[in-house]
Amino acid sequence: MSALPGSAEGTAVTGLDSSPVTPPPADLPLLTDQARLEAREIMARYPVPRSALLPMLHLVQSYQGYVTPEGVALCAEELGLTKAEVGAVATFYTMYKRRPTGRHLVSVCTNTLCNVLGGQRIMDALSADLGVHHDETTADGSITLEHAECLAACDYAPVVTVDYEFYDQQDVESARELVAALRRGEKPLPTRGAPLTDFRGISRQLAGFSQHADAAAAAAAVDAAGELGPTLVGLRLAEERGESAPPMQQAATSSSGAQPAEAAGVESAQRGAPEPAGRSLADQNNGTETPAGAEPGTSGQGPGKA
Amino acid sequence: MPLTPVLTTRWGAEQSWRLSAYEQLEGYTALRTALDMAPDELVTLVKDSGLRGRGGAGFPTGMKWSFIPQPKPGESPTGPAAMPKYLVVNADEGEPGTCKDLPLMMADPHSLVEGVIISAYAIRCHFAVIYVRGEAVHAHRRLVAAVEEAYAAGYLGSDILGSGYDLELVVHAGAGAYICGEETALLDSLEGYRGQPRLKPPFPAVAGLYGAPTVINNVETLASVPFIVRGGADWFKEFGPEKSPGPKIYSLSGRVVRPGQYEAPMGTTMRELLEMAGGVRPGHELKFWTPGGSSTPYFTSEHLDVPLDFDSVAAAGSMLGTTALMVFDETDSIVEATLRFTEFYAHESCGKCTPCREGTYWLVQILERIAHGRGTAQDLDLLIDTCDNILGRAFCALGDGATSCIVSSLKYFKDDYVALLPPEEQARLGRSLRLEPVGAAS
Repeated sequence: MSALPGSAEGTAVTGLDSSPVTPPPADLPLLTDQARLEAREIMARYPVPRSALLPMLHLVQSYQGYVTPEGVALCAEELGLTKAEVGAVATFYTMYKRRPTGRHLVSVCTNTLCNVLGGQRIMDALSADLGVHHDETTADGSITLEHAECLAACDYAPVVTVDYEFYDQQDVESARELVAALRRGEKPLPTRGAPLTDFRGISRQLAGFSQHADAAAAAAAVDAAGELGPTLVGLRLAEERGESAPPMQQAATSSSGAQPAEAAGVESAQRGAPEPAGRSLADQNNGTETPAGAEPGTSGQGPGKA
Repeated sequence: MPLTPVLTTRWGAEQSWRLSAYEQLEGYTALRTALDMAPDELVTLVKDSGLRGRGGAGFPTGMKWSFIPQPKPGESPTGPAAMPKYLVVNADEGEPGTCKDLPLMMADPHSLVEGVIISAYAIRCHFAVIYVRGEAVHAHRRLVAAVEEAYAAGYLGSDILGSGYDLELVVHAGAGAYICGEETALLDSLEGYRGQPRLKPPFPAVAGLYGAPTVINNVETLASVPFIVRGGADWFKEFGPEKSPGPKIYSLSGRVVRPGQYEAPMGTTMRELLEMAGGVRPGHELKFWTPGGSSTPYFTSEHLDVPLDFDSVAAAGSMLGTTALMVFDETDSIVEATLRFTEFYAHESCGKCTPCREGTYWLVQILERIAHGRGTAQDLDLLIDTCDNILGRAFCALGDGATSCIVSSLKYFKDDYVALLPPEEQARLGRSLRLEPVGAAS
């Protein structure tokens, strides 16, 4: 197979086949029967099975690190679609990778707001350090680098994410150190987010499954706190200034069925504004490993509708 | 105006994202109240509160709910009224500058879950989905955990709190496409297709998810609902102007001393918010800012006293959008900022319609050559002409939004563009520059 004349190296052959020009890596894990069972579990969550396609593609990436031809075929078989139909969806979305992804995906926001605070300088420095450009992976397979569009963290700009976990308020030096640590196999804690696993691990979460070996690790990921300065700045300022919302006129715990509007005039001492407790950073524990084969059925979702 | 934490009030509590913390802070009390009410009473309550959608468009929420066709008493329903109803939460936050829903879902996911249950009950829906942006993994993780906790506590599932009402709630991760914040593109994506917008009408209220009646609401909108149930419509209207009431999370970012989330009544001004945020960084002055994200026309220091509510901002020539207040000072290039936004739209254009797909591509080419000192005397008019062929002619609001920053930057900072033209091109500049697109009127 070769790409169409004039195509960049590594380009997909045609729009009908999302297979990359380069053959799959020799050590690519196969999609197991377990993967197929998990795909069916995702399908059972929805009134119409095709709604499962996006999570199923995340699932494929959790096993193989990118959307492989094998993964496209699996989705197509399970959903009764053609591979072209699945490929059309997979190629539409930025988070579905068409070439093998590194152990970690490093995304640097270079949109306007992050950029004025240094986003592009960070991207350029990482690109130089790693010797790769946007959407390329280092030769040792440790890191895929990309520039990202707005990551919805402008109050923490400039931001870098690793496997989509936030490393806020970065500068060139902190980002270079972060990436150097990742290349050494370390997993520095995100400033807001759970301890890192890897790109495949986070893909598993996005498919709606736990990426952790046990419940304790899963709970630790949920409860990972962070540096929340900008998130809480308005709340703290309101406390400082003694400002608050107008009090509610109705006892909040009422379950009498009275319409709140009708109960106006009943003064209540109760207000929904508690004294926020101080926050301390969670234990600085290190990142956890992605379990090689998490047990099937450890769904992170509510009951399915099978 | 003072700060008025409502939606943000629990954010500082210890493990605020956990059910135990939420229940200690009045969590799920509104749900008990709501389940004692008739669904239509809830729709009326939210209508009376004046709550308008917080996703950018500002459509009245109660009215949106009331558009869902419901069976009439004594008649056997036909058509859409006979179909299942769906509630879909638009948690696909990605508009540049916007960063309010992610912190809310991270800090207080149960307030969204409670809002979903109440709202689903109001529109008689038994299957709801939170479509959360794929990159927002920590918010996704906290939401999944909150939904699990809510199921275990009997707030979700069958016969919720003994009311006989059933609701299934699924947290669904997107995969990186800004266009999926457009509600019909979101539905296509949720159905397992490319996220491309649908022609309207039919509107989702009649033919939405799986062709059935569907309400799509923003995160902040739904998280407001439990407070309205607890406090009442009159309480909610104590915040801000009559036609655009309620507490609002304003997100300040960029060249301010203390960026972050500030919750204040609708209609708070940028002057007041800047003061809260410590002002523009020392030694510098405000040059331009956005009232509601990259799709809303820029404002300047002339607009510091515009009340930031839906109607006042529109009257001043922009849009409230998502109250994403990106602040830029005199060291920031308006052309570079506009180029980066335009690159964003070109990247995120879904390709379905020609004006947006081709137009955003060419806008980037023109802006790039201007920014790099290679612009021509015709380029400013060409920018306007291109915008003119997108605005009002694109399939959805993404194309319209792409023109906002270009047109408004030329309106307020034309000289900055001219200064980047080579001297010989500056000398050739005619007087033909039209500063407003003329086309949109068709």
